[in-house]
Amino acid sequence: MAGSKEIRAKIKSVENTRKITRAMEMVAAAKMRKAQERMRASRPYTEKIRNVAARLSRANPEYEHSFLGKRENIENVGLIVVTSDKGLCGGLNTNILRLAVSLMKTWEDEGKSIVVCPIGNKGLGFMSRIGAKVKSNLTGLGDTPHIEKLIGAVKVMLDAYAAGEIDAIYLSYSHFVNTMKQEPRVEQLLPLSDEQLGDVKGSWGNWDYIYEPEAKQVIDDLLVRYIESLVYQAVVENMASEQSARMVAMKAASDNAKSVIGELKLVYNKARQAAITREISEIVSGAAAVG
Amino acid sequence: MVMTESVDAVSAREALFPGTVHVDVVSAEEALFSGLAEMVVVPGEMGELGIYPRHTPLMTRIKPGSVRIKRPDQEQEVLIYVSGGMLEVQPSVVTILADTAIRGADLDESRALEAKRAAEEAIKNRTSVIDYAQAQAELIEAIAQLRAIQQLRKQAGH
Repeated sequence: MAGSKEIRAKIKSVENTRKITRAMEMVAAAKMRKAQERMRASRPYTEKIRNVAARLSRANPEYEHSFLGKRENIENVGLIVVTSDKGLCGGLNTNILRLAVSLMKTWEDEGKSIVVCPIGNKGLGFMSRIGAKVKSNLTGLGDTPHIEKLIGAVKVMLDAYAAGEIDAIYLSYSHFVNTMKQEPRVEQLLPLSDEQLGDVKGSWGNWDYIYEPEAKQVIDDLLVRYIESLVYQAVVENMASEQSARMVAMKAASDNAKSVIGELKLVYNKARQAAITREISEIVSGAAAVG
Repeated sequence: MVMTESVDAVSAREALFPGTVHVDVVSAEEALFSGLAEMVVVPGEMGELGIYPRHTPLMTRIKPGSVRIKRPDQEQEVLIYVSGGMLEVQPSVVTILADTAIRGADLDESRALEAKRAAEEAIKNRTSVIDYAQAQAELIEAIAQLRAIQQLRKQAGH
């Protein structure tokens, strides 16, 4: 019965693999629900702050913020890339990084210099391997990302923008369409454009706020929070994408393991059957020789 | 959405619930309160603010503290703790953008330094020119692997 022992061992190992992928699938499914809830929960804030920022940009404040003005020559570009910390989530990170690289290539061909701010281990590893200029980074967000952790990494980019070191900031992440579909996306963060802020409906007329303590500080704070909320939204959306991509990938892996086990069992039974047949024929021919 | 409701909708609501203002309290991570109020008390940076309906447009920062909301027809005030944030007041809408973290110029600065330091550590030993060839090669390999897996899956009949 040559090989049947090896086949049994192989079946056992594939079964163990399947147990792991099944467990990962179920964990991802549970985390995905929570991640989707978080994604929805953060939308009202982004929506409200966008509205306030839109009104602010039209309320003719006496102070023009650097985030709002257009810049003539864009020579240096900043790119925030949101990826996951962990792998085993299908092509999610590959897709987003491919988009980022093709953008970076275009910018470099146009003679622009690029700094990146990778969020998530996968992006950081990739960006430092390919030699991109990493300005700031953030890893280890865990399953419940808090905006508090994002503040530093985003501030480095915003400070560089305010200082004129970079002239535009882009944000790329995986947009969550549904459980089966996530698509890589790039948005321009800075300078803030009118179409990005959207329309303010209703005839509020031509007026301005009373600012306390003064316009400059209030507007500064508000716009920084607005940008942070956009990045946070991207992070939570990316996380929902990650969990659903992982769930789908692990489900496929479990299914594959199942079919591999089926095939191996077939081979094993055939080998067993062959061994039995051979044994019988040996016995029969032995008996015939004696008789 | 109340923020963008038209003048008609505002006057319609005022006819239904006279003497109220719509209040939204949201933080980046969740919506905390949304509803009508007779009065809102907010810990503004320049002092406590009591806001009644038809307040003049105002925008200010808020200090860590409690936001108190007096709802119509209800004795109990709603109390929400905020660790700072922004307040936007319009005649019929009050929006409180609450922070989930304590903010401050020094605190934010140290957070930024931390992020910068992490970046410097991550890129300690490597070249300064972007190696697109390597990037491309890595991505192509990953994509090829994915495609191979897909084909295998198709063969297996899944």
